[in-house]
Amino acid sequence: MKDEPLVLGIETSCDETGVGIVRGHTLLADAIASSVDEHARFGGVVPEVASRAHLEAMTPTVERALTDAGVTLNDIDAIAVTAGPGLAGALLVGVAAAKAYSLGLGKPLYGVNHLAAHVAVDQLEHGALPKPCVALLVSGGHSSLLLVPDVASDVRPLGATVDDAAGEAFDKVARVLDLGFPGGPYIDRAAREGDPGSVFFPRGKYDDGTYDFSFSGLKTAVARWVEARERAGEPVPVADVAAAFQEAVVDVLTKKAIAACKDNGVSHLLVGGGVAANSRLRALAQERCDKAGIELRVPRPKLCTDNGAMVAALGSELVAAGLAPSDLGLPADSSLPITQVLV
Amino acid sequence: MLVLAFDTATAAVTVALSEGTSGGVRLRAESNAVDRRRHAEVLAPAIATVLDEAGVTRADLTDIAVGVGPGPYTGLRVGLTTARALGAVLGIPVHGVCTLDVLAWQSGRTGPFVAATDARRKEVYWASYASARERAGGPAVGKPAEAAEPGLPAIGEGALLYADTLAGQEPALPSAAALADLVITRLAGGEGPDLLEPVPLYLRKPDAREPGPRKRVTQP
Ligand SMILES: [Zn+2]
Repeated sequence: MKDEPLVLGIETSCDETGVGIVRGHTLLADAIASSVDEHARFGGVVPEVASRAHLEAMTPTVERALTDAGVTLNDIDAIAVTAGPGLAGALLVGVAAAKAYSLGLGKPLYGVNHLAAHVAVDQLEHGALPKPCVALLVSGGHSSLLLVPDVASDVRPLGATVDDAAGEAFDKVARVLDLGFPGGPYIDRAAREGDPGSVFFPRGKYDDGTYDFSFSGLKTAVARWVEARERAGEPVPVADVAAAFQEAVVDVLTKKAIAACKDNGVSHLLVGGGVAANSRLRALAQERCDKAGIELRVPRPKLCTDNGAMVAALGSELVAAGLAPSDLGLPADSSLPITQVLV
Repeated sequence: MLVLAFDTATAAVTVALSEGTSGGVRLRAESNAVDRRRHAEVLAPAIATVLDEAGVTRADLTDIAVGVGPGPYTGLRVGLTTARALGAVLGIPVHGVCTLDVLAWQSGRTGPFVAATDARRKEVYWASYASARERAGGPAVGKPAEAAEPGLPAIGEGALLYADTLAGQEPALPSAAALADLVITRLAGGEGPDLLEPVPLYLRKPDAREPGPRKRVTQP
C-alpha cells in the first residue's frame, strides 16, 4: 500500500553493516556491507575491526539502499536502528548514524531490539505473523527461544544458551576440523557427505525440562574425539564428524522448539538467525513440525542473517502500532533484554 | 556561512554553531559537556539544542566541521558517523580537523608548545606546534616523555594528567567554538592547519592477534 510509511532500518550489532528499506510488509532494499573477511584470519569477530568497518560502510550502504529502493532520503518517514543487544562499539556507529539521519530529516527515530527484529523480518516474506508464535533464534551471537504474543510490544524469553551460542559452536568445531570461518556454511557443506549416525555426541540439557541450551560440552566432546584420533595416528573423518556434530545441535534445538510450541499451545514456529540458514536445521525442523502439526516459518537465508531489512521491518511494525518513537538521547545497550522491543 | 561544529575525540562532547561574516566569526550557540562514556547519548540532543538556541533550521547550515582525533575510538566514531550522515542528509560539505589542532588554535599561543590529549594506557596523543596556527610535528601516540620537549609548555588534558612530565597548562579540552572558528578562517582563505577528510586518525592498529595453533582440550 502506497500510504504505508517508508521506513529505513540500520543494523550494526556485529560484523554486518545492514541498511534496509521497507514499506509495510514490502521489502524495497536490503543493502549489506560485511567485514567478515577481515575477521576470518582471527577466527572470530574482532570488535574494533568491526567498528572501524561500520564507520566506513555506513553512509555508502545507506546510499546503496536508497538507490536499490528507488527513493531518496527525503521520502523516508521513519528511521529504525538496532539499539542492542550486540557489540557495544559496533552498535554505537549505527545508533549515531540513525540519530543524525533522524535529526537531519526531522523524522522519528525508533531504537529497536535486534532479536525482535529477527522475528519481525519474516513478515517481509510470509506476511503478518500469527499471534502468538514461538521463535527459535540461533546465530553466532544468540540462541534463544521466545514466546511472541506480539512482536511490536510483547516478546517473552522462554530459554537461551547457558554458555556458547549455537553459531559459536559451529565456528569452534570448524576450527577443530580445519574448516573455514564462519564455521556454519563449511560444516553444513562437509556434513552432506557424512554419516550423522557414525558418532554420537552428547546433547547438553537435552532432557532437563527447560528451554535452555548448552553447546560448550558438545564442542569439547568433538575436540576430544578428534584429538584421540589424531593421537592414534588415524585419519579424521571430517564429513562424519561434521554431520554428527551438526545433528547433535539441530536435534536439541528442534526438540526444545517443538516442546515450547506444544507447552504453550502455539501452532506456529519461526526460525531465524544465521544458523537458520543451515540445511539440516531447516529439514529437521520441517520434519518435526509436520509430525507435531505445527506450521514452520523460516525466512530465506539472506533475511535470516543480520541485515537492515529486519530492523526496518520491526520499525514498520512499531510505527503501525502507533508507538511513541525513541528520544534523541537513545543509548546503545549491548545487553538489551529481549523484553524491551523498543527503547 | 553557517557552520555546525563538534568534536567527540576527548572526554568532552562539544558542539557549536558559528556564523562567518565579513566582520569575522560570530558564535551563535554552543554546548559543552564532559561525559567520557556517553558521547552517543549526549551529542545528538546537544546538536538539536544548539540549533534551537540559535534559532536556526537544518536547512540553513552550509558546512559541518568535525574533530577527527586522535582520540579514544568509540567516542571519535560517534562524532564522525554523525558528521558524515548529517552531511549526506543536508548535502553540505564535512570538514575534518585534527583535534590537537583545535586545542592549539584555542590556546592562541604565539610561541612553540606541545598539545597532548589522553590516549589511555599511560600514553598521550600529541603534536608539537610553532604557534597556535602552525603544527610543527605529529600527531603521534606515545609515552608522555616522548611528547615532552624540554622547556616547552604543554596544553591539553594529556599534559595536565602527566603534569610532572609535560608541565601541563590549560586549555584541557577542545571547544567546538574554536573548531568552527578555525574552519571558517580557513575557508575564508586565512592561515591555519589543513582541513582534512572526515576520516578518523586512529594512530593505533586494532588489538587483535591471529590465533596460534589450535589449543588442545586433552593432554597428550
Ligand atoms: Zn542476529
